[in-house]
Amino acid sequence: MSGVADRLRDNGVAVYPTAMLLVFFLIPFLIMFAVSFFSRDEGAFFTPAFDLANYARFLSPFFFKVLVTSLGLSAAAAVISVGVAVPFTYFVTRMGAGAQSVILVFLLSVLSLSEVIIGFAWSTLLSQTAGIGNLLAALGILESSRSFTPSLGALLLGLCYLGFPYAVLVIYPALSRLDPELPEAARMLGASPIRSFFNIVVPMLRNTITGALILVFVFTLGAYLLPQVLGRPQHWTLSVHITDQAIFQSNLPFAAAMAIFLMLVSLAMVGLSSLLGQKRM
Amino acid sequence: MPALFRNLFILLVVLFLAAPLVVILGVSLNEPKRLLFPPEGFSLQWYAELFRANDWLGALRNSVVIALGASAIAVSIALPLALYVWRKQNRLAKALFGLGVAPFMLPPVISALGFMIFWITVGFYGQIGATMVSHGVFLVTLPLVTISLGLEGIDRQLIEASRCMGANSRMVFRTLIFPLVRPYVMSGFAFAFVLSLNEYIIAYMVAGFTAETLPIKIFNSLRYGYTPVMASVAVFFVMTAVLIYGSIARFGDLPRLLGAERSAG
Repeated sequence: MSGVADRLRDNGVAVYPTAMLLVFFLIPFLIMFAVSFFSRDEGAFFTPAFDLANYARFLSPFFFKVLVTSLGLSAAAAVISVGVAVPFTYFVTRMGAGAQSVILVFLLSVLSLSEVIIGFAWSTLLSQTAGIGNLLAALGILESSRSFTPSLGALLLGLCYLGFPYAVLVIYPALSRLDPELPEAARMLGASPIRSFFNIVVPMLRNTITGALILVFVFTLGAYLLPQVLGRPQHWTLSVHITDQAIFQSNLPFAAAMAIFLMLVSLAMVGLSSLLGQKRM
Repeated sequence: MPALFRNLFILLVVLFLAAPLVVILGVSLNEPKRLLFPPEGFSLQWYAELFRANDWLGALRNSVVIALGASAIAVSIALPLALYVWRKQNRLAKALFGLGVAPFMLPPVISALGFMIFWITVGFYGQIGATMVSHGVFLVTLPLVTISLGLEGIDRQLIEASRCMGANSRMVFRTLIFPLVRPYVMSGFAFAFVLSLNEYIIAYMVAGFTAETLPIKIFNSLRYGYTPVMASVAVFFVMTAVLIYGSIARFGDLPRLLGAERSAG
């Protein structure tokens, strides 16, 4: 009978992917978790120990400030990106197939841009010699061109640029499946277009919008280059400090502890969103 | 909503998204070795530089080699995994699927540090192969999602029918399933390729000083002053992405790949 051989083959298919994911994804996480309790070794990378000192360092005012900066910036970027993405995606899904494809290709291209390139592009756009300063001076709004970066505003702008395409792509499936007759019906009953959008479309998308907020929040929380290119040192986020500790201060245990902490925050956000989603279903 | 308002809104957002790219394009055409916009003069020398200067060419080669290897690894993991999940749909399958999409749910800096510590522990820190495998595992999510979408579209009765006619599971896969999911495999490969090409933080932490990729090279140059070469590299990246996604849209069903139920085609 070929049944047994088939069944073996059916299950055998999972062996290689499982092995790869376990060895190269789960095990690195476990090692990182272990290292977060190790102690720092100036000569080598780390020495095995059981030390809570790395976690105790979170209880400093400096670390608290870094945390507030990171969370605040990401939350602001998430609200702005999703706030713009909802009406934008709604309009796009009402366009023809060809136009939709063009906009999607454009969005995907922006989405896959390296953070380095986004940072470089925005710092050029906001610079004195090649940026909107020139434009504003030519229009007579500014007396002479000036630079707008580094600043908190520039950093926030960059983070929104990073998060916006993701927000659109999360909202796009739900909006394109939305029955176009629903807002139509509301309008027949006398609701203005804006009212039908806020009273019909937005409530139906509540779960999707929460999901998009979380995704952009978590994603921008991982931004590492933009705070360095567009922000000042006081705007450095947790991600920047993780890399800084790992590579330039060669303190892998402390970097690992911060990464574990960042992971817990992200997981808590993802868990919270799925909990909220289930309640409303 | 009034069409004028709608179009104006879309136009504004597209302008916001396009503005930095337009400036980069302008800057890359400068004649003097400075970043000026509007550009002074017109010259393509900074594009030639990308292929002539040894350091940029080396970074380009590293990037392409890593991206090709990584997307091949990602697809090699994703295809059997997607098949297994599609066939079984049991708890193990769901857990494996979750493991496959997990890297994308977390800020990448976390995975980057995990990979770095892992490669230090096993002794391959700083090797180009380590970057390749790390990218491959990190990007599994993309082909996994696209291939699963493709499999969902297959009519299970077709499989039943071919089984009844005596085909074993290998024949079913070769003659039926694979041809049907091939476009999804290819777009998964393409997504992974583009994202690996642009990925910075993992490449930097795993082998940033020995296997320099283009994004790392750009960032390193940012510290020592700006040159128009950086702009030409950025334009090259944007063009590659537009070309690849454009061909997916041209030859495949991009709206469906991105989750629209009714195909917009």
